[in-house]
Amino acid sequence: MTINETQDEIIEEFELFDDWEGKYEYIIDLGKKLAPFEEQFRTEDHIIKGCQSRVWLHAELNGDKVVFTADSDAIIVKGLISMLVKVLSRHTPEEIINADLYFMERVGLQQHLAQTRSNGLASMLKQMKTYALAFSALKN
Amino acid sequence: MMTTTSAVSFDIERIRADFPILDQEVNGRKLVYFDNAATTQKPVAVIEALMNYYRGYNANIHRGIHTLAEKATADFEASRRAVRDFLNAPSAEEIIFTSGTTMGINLVAQTYGRHFLKAGDEIIISGLEHHSNIVPWQMLAGEKGLTVRAIPVLENGELDMETFDTMLSDRTKIVAVNHASNSLGTVNPVKEIIAKAHAVGAVVLVDGAQASSHLEIDVQDLDVDFYAFSAHKLYGPTGIGALYGKRALLEAMPPYMGGGEMIKEVTFEKTTFNDLPYKFEAGTPNIADVVALKTALEYINSIGKSTISAYENHLLTYATEQVSQIEGVRIIGQAKEKISVLSFVLEGIHHQDIGIILDQQGIAVRTGHHCTQPVMDRFCILGTTRASFAFYNTIEEIDKLVAGLHRVKKLMA
Repeated sequence: MTINETQDEIIEEFELFDDWEGKYEYIIDLGKKLAPFEEQFRTEDHIIKGCQSRVWLHAELNGDKVVFTADSDAIIVKGLISMLVKVLSRHTPEEIINADLYFMERVGLQQHLAQTRSNGLASMLKQMKTYALAFSALKN
Repeated sequence: MMTTTSAVSFDIERIRADFPILDQEVNGRKLVYFDNAATTQKPVAVIEALMNYYRGYNANIHRGIHTLAEKATADFEASRRAVRDFLNAPSAEEIIFTSGTTMGINLVAQTYGRHFLKAGDEIIISGLEHHSNIVPWQMLAGEKGLTVRAIPVLENGELDMETFDTMLSDRTKIVAVNHASNSLGTVNPVKEIIAKAHAVGAVVLVDGAQASSHLEIDVQDLDVDFYAFSAHKLYGPTGIGALYGKRALLEAMPPYMGGGEMIKEVTFEKTTFNDLPYKFEAGTPNIADVVALKTALEYINSIGKSTISAYENHLLTYATEQVSQIEGVRIIGQAKEKISVLSFVLEGIHHQDIGIILDQQGIAVRTGHHCTQPVMDRFCILGTTRASFAFYNTIEEIDKLVAGLHRVKKLMA
């Protein structure tokens, strides 16, 4: 599935919810179901510090695809992370670098990517793109 | 509607009508604003004072001889006298306008501190300080080889005054503490701290950012050397505040910033500095916000600090009782004397998740470390959820918070 196809799928899923509670219940559920983060990567090198919550992010190259794994100590952020990982993971560095992420806005969660220092999520997204850039540079 | 309690009779509807921002919906719910310790909302009178200044008599002050400049100057200086009265300072010349509490603290650190302290001297702060009353002293200490020590915090959120006694010595040159804690609400025994610090020859700066909107402030009764506060936590504009300093100290201190206004005469060889308070007010000041600060003080005075604090205590007591009853809640900070700040953790739920779900219900609280990381470290937590109340808040709003927290728990279960 392309990055945009995954985004469109998420947007479709969110169309089922007609109130905020359903939407957040779903995000919390995604957070709970996020694949466990390997403890060996829970280090200072992998942490993205926000003012509010902590996010851990690990990236590795599998063939020509970047694989992301991530975690957070806050459950809603974890749910949002799960969506970002679903959209961006297992794509080539070039696809990630050029990705236009529109699904957060379309499902009404744009405020979570706002550039405030309380927000580890915006930093995480930036870090995902930075990893992709680094892998791309490595390849060339 | 009159809200009547055993302690106060308060026309809350009339008060709320003075604050237009409160009358709005957030995420489809009526806004409940419980982030007053971060900043308070502004009454119409303050908003109008800003507008009237810019519409009617905006002019640069002190040197203009035209009518607008004279009116602007008169209002600017009238505000200085209003601050003097608000703090019960001996004279208006001891009131320096700043951009806020942070600037007031930095001013004292960089002028008094830099000029009078030497290597080996000690600065005592407390474990309850906001970063703005820690970092300026650390910067100074790094530059001059000073030591910064912190009064420990007891389990209930009060300062460990017994340890404070043992920390004082002839090496102590500055004691800098807040009057009330922004993250826990603790009201500190500043009068006692000041007397003890004076006994060893230290000067005392009190950070009044949180206390000034809740408590009567009397700098003469406290015998405090420096007292700093911010207007925006006092229903006034952002970007303006004041520093009170005892005249003898202010006169002995070198200026903070150089520029216009703070000088008497300038040649390329030598500059003589202006008298107090202008020596510390370089450049064109924040005239509009100074003018509106006076309006904010008048507004507070029209209600009365004792009425305000009685009503806010009533809100705090009720909120503490109700929130404590929620299973899994632990209140952080249970000092005997508190301003209306309720900080708590909810077992197993991250404070950010609480904040997001409350916001969905139109309830604005602050979550995180509240710029007091050492306080969080003291209680071995990463952050709290903080609801802070002002006199325009209501019991019904606290009920909404409690219902909101139950909803958080249900969603997170």
